[in-house]
Amino acid sequence: MDFGFSLSKSSTINLDTVDTTLFRKLCEMEPDARICMSCGSCSASCTAAPFSGMSLRKVILAIQRDQDVRPMLSNCMLCGKCTMVCPRGINTRHLILTLYRIYDR
Amino acid sequence: MIDRIPSGFHPFVLPFLFGMVFVLSYCLFGMVRILWQLPKKDLRKFLLSLINPKIIVKNCWDILKDCLIHVKLWKRNKLLGYMHSSIAFGWFMLIVLGHLEVFLFVPERIHMFYYPIFFNYFVAEVGDVTIQGALLMFLMDFFLLVVLSGIVLAMIKRVHSRFFGMRRTARPSLLNQIGLYALWAIFPLRLLAESFTAHISGGSFLTIPANWLFRQFLGNDLNMLPTWWAYSIALCVFMCVLPFTRYMHIPAEMMLIPLRNAGIKIRDSRKGFAKLQVYSCPNCGVCIDACPMSVNRGNLKDCTVYLTRQMRRGNEKRIEEISDKCLLCGKCHTVCQVQVEGPQLRIIERSRRHYNLSPDYSNIDVQPMVEASSGAKVLYFSGCMSQLTPAIGQSVESILKKADVDYVWMDREGGLCCGRPMLTAGRFEAAKEIVHKNEEIILGSGADTLLVSCPICYKMFKEEYQLKGIRVVHYSQYFNELLQQEKLHLEKSDLCYVFHDPCELGRGCGIYDEPRKLIGKSAGIAEAEKNRAESICCGGSLGSLTLSFAQREEMTRAALENLYTSRADAIATACPLCMATFSRYADRPVRDIAEILDAQSSPVSEKNQ
Repeated sequence: MDFGFSLSKSSTINLDTVDTTLFRKLCEMEPDARICMSCGSCSASCTAAPFSGMSLRKVILAIQRDQDVRPMLSNCMLCGKCTMVCPRGINTRHLILTLYRIYDR
Repeated sequence: MIDRIPSGFHPFVLPFLFGMVFVLSYCLFGMVRILWQLPKKDLRKFLLSLINPKIIVKNCWDILKDCLIHVKLWKRNKLLGYMHSSIAFGWFMLIVLGHLEVFLFVPERIHMFYYPIFFNYFVAEVGDVTIQGALLMFLMDFFLLVVLSGIVLAMIKRVHSRFFGMRRTARPSLLNQIGLYALWAIFPLRLLAESFTAHISGGSFLTIPANWLFRQFLGNDLNMLPTWWAYSIALCVFMCVLPFTRYMHIPAEMMLIPLRNAGIKIRDSRKGFAKLQVYSCPNCGVCIDACPMSVNRGNLKDCTVYLTRQMRRGNEKRIEEISDKCLLCGKCHTVCQVQVEGPQLRIIERSRRHYNLSPDYSNIDVQPMVEASSGAKVLYFSGCMSQLTPAIGQSVESILKKADVDYVWMDREGGLCCGRPMLTAGRFEAAKEIVHKNEEIILGSGADTLLVSCPICYKMFKEEYQLKGIRVVHYSQYFNELLQQEKLHLEKSDLCYVFHDPCELGRGCGIYDEPRKLIGKSAGIAEAEKNRAESICCGGSLGSLTLSFAQREEMTRAALENLYTSRADAIATACPLCMATFSRYADRPVRDIAEILDAQSSPVSEKNQ
């Protein structure tokens, strides 16, 4: 039956039930993942953003919530602008490469 | 001169014979194995090059120049050059002259290949000395002296490397030390052995006085045999450890030169040509001082010399660490005497990693970008990094307008990366995909010139892109052409700049003079202590995958210190990455060459009015 509107899926994130093994593994291999303060400089400068909505800030958040990051990551070109602009000095390229390496979802 | 021992044999030659047979068979086996590991196409190329007279001459000349005389080392460091060429060339001459002696005096023994080595033991001088004999004896003593002088220098170098202007050298492992001491022992023992025998076999200015001296207090011939035994054993030890030590570079380099001249490239980081390069590394440690990462004694064990060492040992963990950390600035390759391709070796090594995720760019539609790039003769590509330093693109655009060039800016609104960062990360397939996307845009635009301002992109366009009919030009070259055609009017400023050679532009593409010409025409120019091919990486390089921000800062500061030695008012560079990196810590302005040119130039028409 069409009521002219639909209900969207709940976007509630229950941090107690989320599987964080991937994030913990990532932090083990690239501890910089923990110091991100989600400022979004990386998203603003990203070369891949216009094509796949790539945003490293979102990727780091999504990994902590165990959400799918593959579409975003697929267009990263490792150009390194995010590394250059990061105010926390995160080695973003290594973080992305590590994710490519350990991603198992 | 006659044969003294009728059988022409003594048991003391056995250790030498054993060592010789071992090392020769090992090298032969290794050679066949390396050729076997080459891809079929490369092998064919190599074998064909061996019958090309031009390459044969080049091979012989290069082997003489690099393996025996060490011309490159002489240019770099006179003392090191003398040390190496005295040992290598002196030893070579001793072997050649030894054969000549056998050939002239006891030709029937020429087939015994230990004879030239122990010649003085097996012969006796009777009657008058011929002029030939005296000359040969003199030359033998002379070259022995030359080698001994080299050995003395080598000993000094081991104790006090600063005497040679080297701050750091590689630390030899145990086997290397055994090889080293055996090598040191060979020639003094040979001198002793020949001296003890000199009253029988004859000698020259070195051996005869030594013989006389020893006879003053050692009045019998009993010392003769033990020293000959010791000489033979030292040779045996040296040759038996040679394949497992850095001295493997002696035979390996002789094979590396013909392969390199044939144009063979590294395809696999553990097999074939790469393996040969690893074995050709002489462990001299010149790359340690050259490496920008070794600033403040950090990362000392991550230089190319340690990469080749770990590759020989098969230490996977360290190989990965070393190959991921490198900035790929290419300086170790430039200073390397045998030209071990450290950066290339690392890039190929990185391609061995396994990733669960692969990038996929098929969703990117290039059609809008093709349309936005069409309609002009000159297509300007600023590169993605230039978006962080917008002044570069704006200045280039302003200059192009002043010179009235028909151009279009391909990635003004953001484009794709050139693919080089992906390539240097070892992900060749993904890099190729990006390359194809860009090729589509560039070829579809209808331009005949691709103007590039980022040296990273420039190197990539030059080496990896198939752009038929399109001229790829770096802006420093292009602006020089504009000035030559008098399309711009320049006014010289009194500021003085020091030019920092970006790695990818200088060592990567060999462009050193054009940016300097541009600066020289529009302002004053000074030179840093280390410039051109010796230029120090800014530390911001995308080559490194694992270096942290803090580690990079040290490198940037060291590179800046080098630029400050010029006492210039400002720093000029031609790379957006160098510019962004230096701007962070520099105590004086950092400008791109386009900015300098733009500030000093005006359209020709204005001048005429």
